[in-house]
Amino acid sequence: MAIIAIYFLAVLGIGFYLKNFAKSGEDFFLAGREMTAWVAGLSFLSANLGSLELLGWAGSAYQYGILAAHWYWIGAIPAMVFLGIVMMPFYYISKTHSVPGYLQLRYGEGASGVSAITFAVMTVLMSGVNMYAMAVVMKVVLGWNIHFSIWVSSLTVGIYVAMGGLFSAIFNEVLQFFLIWFGALLIPIIGLMETGGWAGMVARIRQNFPAQDYTHLWSTLGDFSSNPMGIHWTGVVFGLGAVISMGYWTTDFLVVQRVLSAKDLRSAKLAPIIGSFFKMAVPFIVILPGLLGLALLPFHLVPESAMQAGQHSYNEVLPLMMARYLGPGLLGLGITALVAGFMAGMAGNVSAFATVWTYDIYRAFLRKTAPDAHYVKMGRWCTIVGLIISIGTAYLVMGFASIMDYVQALFSFFIAPLFGTVLIGMLWKRATKAAGFWGLLLGVLSSLGMFLAQKLDPAALSIIALSEQAKPMAENMYRALWSCLVCVVVTVLVSLVTKPKPDADLNGLVYGATVLPKEEHATLFHKPIFWAGAAMAVWALLQWIFW
Amino acid sequence: MGDKQRIIPVWFFVGLLVLTYGILILASGIREWNDPPNVVLADLHASVWWGGFLTAVGAVYVIAFRPGRSRRED
Repeated sequence: MAIIAIYFLAVLGIGFYLKNFAKSGEDFFLAGREMTAWVAGLSFLSANLGSLELLGWAGSAYQYGILAAHWYWIGAIPAMVFLGIVMMPFYYISKTHSVPGYLQLRYGEGASGVSAITFAVMTVLMSGVNMYAMAVVMKVVLGWNIHFSIWVSSLTVGIYVAMGGLFSAIFNEVLQFFLIWFGALLIPIIGLMETGGWAGMVARIRQNFPAQDYTHLWSTLGDFSSNPMGIHWTGVVFGLGAVISMGYWTTDFLVVQRVLSAKDLRSAKLAPIIGSFFKMAVPFIVILPGLLGLALLPFHLVPESAMQAGQHSYNEVLPLMMARYLGPGLLGLGITALVAGFMAGMAGNVSAFATVWTYDIYRAFLRKTAPDAHYVKMGRWCTIVGLIISIGTAYLVMGFASIMDYVQALFSFFIAPLFGTVLIGMLWKRATKAAGFWGLLLGVLSSLGMFLAQKLDPAALSIIALSEQAKPMAENMYRALWSCLVCVVVTVLVSLVTKPKPDADLNGLVYGATVLPKEEHATLFHKPIFWAGAAMAVWALLQWIFW
Repeated sequence: MGDKQRIIPVWFFVGLLVLTYGILILASGIREWNDPPNVVLADLHASVWWGGFLTAVGAVYVIAFRPGRSRRED
């Protein structure tokens, strides 16, 4: 497969080329802080658009229908806009390296330590999911040896991230962004030609699956039992829209780190907003192939855990659709897009892991003063170690029915409570050091506790997710919502009985104690707020079209 | 970073890769014109027009962002 080989060579070549540009800590961990809004924005989106996203959400679209698109629309756009307009100034002005770094400044070591450790655990687990996703592709489309493909791709990622740090990760993410679009776009185009357009596709889905409505976004959410996900609209709006999505897009350091690499505050604000426009378009190459699978595949797919010989799982819907339409050359491009996505997802996770470990655990707790070069060296080694750990975690994923159920479960453990802590920290001067620590810790523990309770006694589902018909995804939404609420309530209560920091210490960290710099530009088309409004308008239109 | 002005824009690498792939896919599409692969809707010859499209996009990027053309950091 010449196309795949060329890609590996190009990636290694770029890593080697960039090695000379990543000498200081700022270069290695923040790409020298000189990316334009476009590069930072595309990379921001790409870090999130790995092959995991492609496979996982196409599989979820097959399982849950168009409801999966909620994760791209209400589950992303408002949060990305909020990040750009409201939260970015604090991250950027405080000149932090990471989200735990921000918590260190705002709350001190306790909260920062908890978030750094949970974050490090989450990145290696996520990286393991990426590996598993890749193995699925290789198995379905090429019949390749899984171990071989995992090792070749992991080594490549390890080498290029260790050489160029975030520079490499970002360059390759931009490259991968184009590959994914060019590699995956043909599936929905040819698929819709085969079904005779959207109406033809909907008609075929109704014929194949008469019991459920797979093609409406909101109109089926009035009742737990009337949609394929078993969720009520409150779970989507509050659990997903208000907690999971806000938490992910505004505190997941993997994505925030990309925006921190922007060259100035305006670029940093604009980057997530540029990303949001592309994010809105992603369902076209991810959700639509899943729906086309419902309409066109001659057999029914099953959950991973219930799979028997000769059957295919939900997660295989995208590779199956590729094999249906693409001849050798194009198939090579499609596979390369997935390989690229897989590698970018891993690169993102390991580079974030390296940063958090080096700055927020190693430098914060183990070795406080060392020359910059020492930390860069540490970062390079962590990249390799993180990679090796994540190879080990790849097998954990097998126990979940679909990849995205696993990922969303992780988010509900770590990201949802973190969002509560960061948001209160940014908006409320009164929040104290002890409150940050206890709020975050109890939030994470309550989420893990709910997960275990449901595993030990399945009857707990009807309490946690408000309905015994809730599918894993719906349960994740509610668990996220409750754990974030636990975090917020504990943080507020503890704050009220402990002593706050003086205002002077909170400059640059909290609303009301910070003088935000004036923006230098004038024209409307250069203002982040204008584009934020435009993004929200397009988003609202999409909800209305697919209601 | 003293030598930052000499870093090649990422868009150039994007163009180069897309151009290479475009040419390869176009070539494979033309080669199998009379003997299309065994896929659904093979008579659309997707490889030919998609390969052509990629070639064009890649060429535009390579030319617009070739190294040394501009000092602008993109």
